[in-house]
Amino acid sequence: MRVRLQNSIWGIAAWVAGIVFVFPVIWMVLTSFKQEADAATNPPSWFFAPTLAQYTQVFDRNITPFLLNSLMASVFSTILVVLLATPAAYALSLRPVAKWSDSLFFFISTKMMPVVAAFLPVYLLVKHLGMLDNIWTMVILYTSMNLPLAVWMMRSFLLEVPREVLEAGEVDGAGLLTSIRKIILPIVSPGLAATALICFIFAWNEFFLAVNLTATNSGTSPIFLVGFISSEGAFLARLCAAATIVSLPVLIAGWVAQNKLVRGLSMGAVK
Amino acid sequence: MVARPDERTQPPVRPTKGGAKDRWVRRAPLLPALIFAIVVTQVPFLYTIYLSTTSWNALRPGDKPFVGFDNYVTVLSDSRLRSALVNTVVLTAGAVIFSLILGLVFALLLDRKFLGRGIVRTLLITPFLVMPIAAALLWKHALFNPTYGLINGIFGGSTDWVSSYPKAAVITTLVWQWTPFMMLILLAGLQSQSHEVLEAAKVDGANAWQIFRRMTIPHLRQYLELGALLGSIYLVNTFDAIFSITQGGPGTATTNLPYEIYLTMFRKFEYGEASAAGVIVVILTIIVATFALRVISSLFKMEENR
Repeated sequence: MRVRLQNSIWGIAAWVAGIVFVFPVIWMVLTSFKQEADAATNPPSWFFAPTLAQYTQVFDRNITPFLLNSLMASVFSTILVVLLATPAAYALSLRPVAKWSDSLFFFISTKMMPVVAAFLPVYLLVKHLGMLDNIWTMVILYTSMNLPLAVWMMRSFLLEVPREVLEAGEVDGAGLLTSIRKIILPIVSPGLAATALICFIFAWNEFFLAVNLTATNSGTSPIFLVGFISSEGAFLARLCAAATIVSLPVLIAGWVAQNKLVRGLSMGAVK
Repeated sequence: MVARPDERTQPPVRPTKGGAKDRWVRRAPLLPALIFAIVVTQVPFLYTIYLSTTSWNALRPGDKPFVGFDNYVTVLSDSRLRSALVNTVVLTAGAVIFSLILGLVFALLLDRKFLGRGIVRTLLITPFLVMPIAAALLWKHALFNPTYGLINGIFGGSTDWVSSYPKAAVITTLVWQWTPFMMLILLAGLQSQSHEVLEAAKVDGANAWQIFRRMTIPHLRQYLELGALLGSIYLVNTFDAIFSITQGGPGTATTNLPYEIYLTMFRKFEYGEASAAGVIVVILTIIVATFALRVISSLFKMEENR
């Protein structure tokens, strides 16, 4: 009895914490359904006639190309990351090269280097090549941004492939391709999906590179959000609508993959 | 659980001394990724070192004379860089520490069964999934705003949070976004505790606080370290929140290193100085990272010896 009471008190505390903590997001979504006049009020207006006007406005201001640019940059960089990282992780786990740990730490050290430190030459080169405001530039840079994460993560998944099964396959005369297809892929495919999802999230949310390297042609969704603020007059409800739209893909992806999230973010260190 | 280097985190197959051909066969899958990473991250950095020895302002036509260490002298004697360094440390440490504490509280709340636990967990990770620039704008305009922001709307008053407490405003936003990350790592740590040992402690008459102090915290130590380390790696690069909430101000109160270098590059167009500052940041990072890598390796080792 006492234990049950105690548990339900903890449960209530957890619920309260959860709702308070997520409240800014709830507020964002609520505000996005308001008229501008209801959005910027003091005291805050809790009851109002919901409207989709702000969403229509956001699409009228042409958010679509920005969303498509984000989608392109995120999807293509994710594909490239997976194609580069998976073989590399294989060479660092199942059939390791001689100095596998050096390579592994080299990858993580590129992640530790602040982006700004090497950004100027990248900027100058991109400008020199006439690749400013080009979505493929973003694809390349997002690939390098996510590569260390993906290598570490894929390695941690590949290490879960039981060695005995691989060896048994080899004894039975399975070639490399067969063992990849029949043994490795089925085991690591959930991990592969999680890796791809996390790379997608980071690419989708990236701001620093996007704000300095893109403009009208290849601007991504974060750029749309920032450009939005400079406009005159009341903008809060519209801002919330736009913020809700651009956050939605990652919110859904993250909710779906929440069990894999921690492993990816910790580069495979925490399972 | 923290990657258990049982026999498997060590490569299951020991690198064998094969012939040259075998070594290249092993290396082949690694090379594309390695070359890509070197070309995109290391080569630009070497060029940064070269640029840092030239006097180059993009607004000034003409050649870029070699000036040796002049840029370094300028940058190091400039109080802006020092204050940016201090701000970086304060903002990063503040955000990491508070998100760790709050993350620990949430993780403890989630580490028991109650109705709707899955939903609460989903709620708690949600802030992490909001696009960072959207989160920053949301806090600035919908919550911190002095006239119609939600905080003043609920608690009254007309405090201008962003200009009165710029650092706290930035840290609050960062903590809100990063607490879920810490929570997930610490929750994984809590759930990897052995239940039998906890039960045994209870049977032996240990109370909840003693168990927490003597068993849970030591067990969580490596998870706390990991969270702090990874959090710092990500948070040291904070740019979005500064750019959109305070623009580094008021004055230089919230200008961190990334933002300062950004200003030198794109507002003052002092490419030489920006490069020198970049090189200094990398040197500092190498110092911190050497320490950090030691922590990571010891995490792996600790597991190995368990």
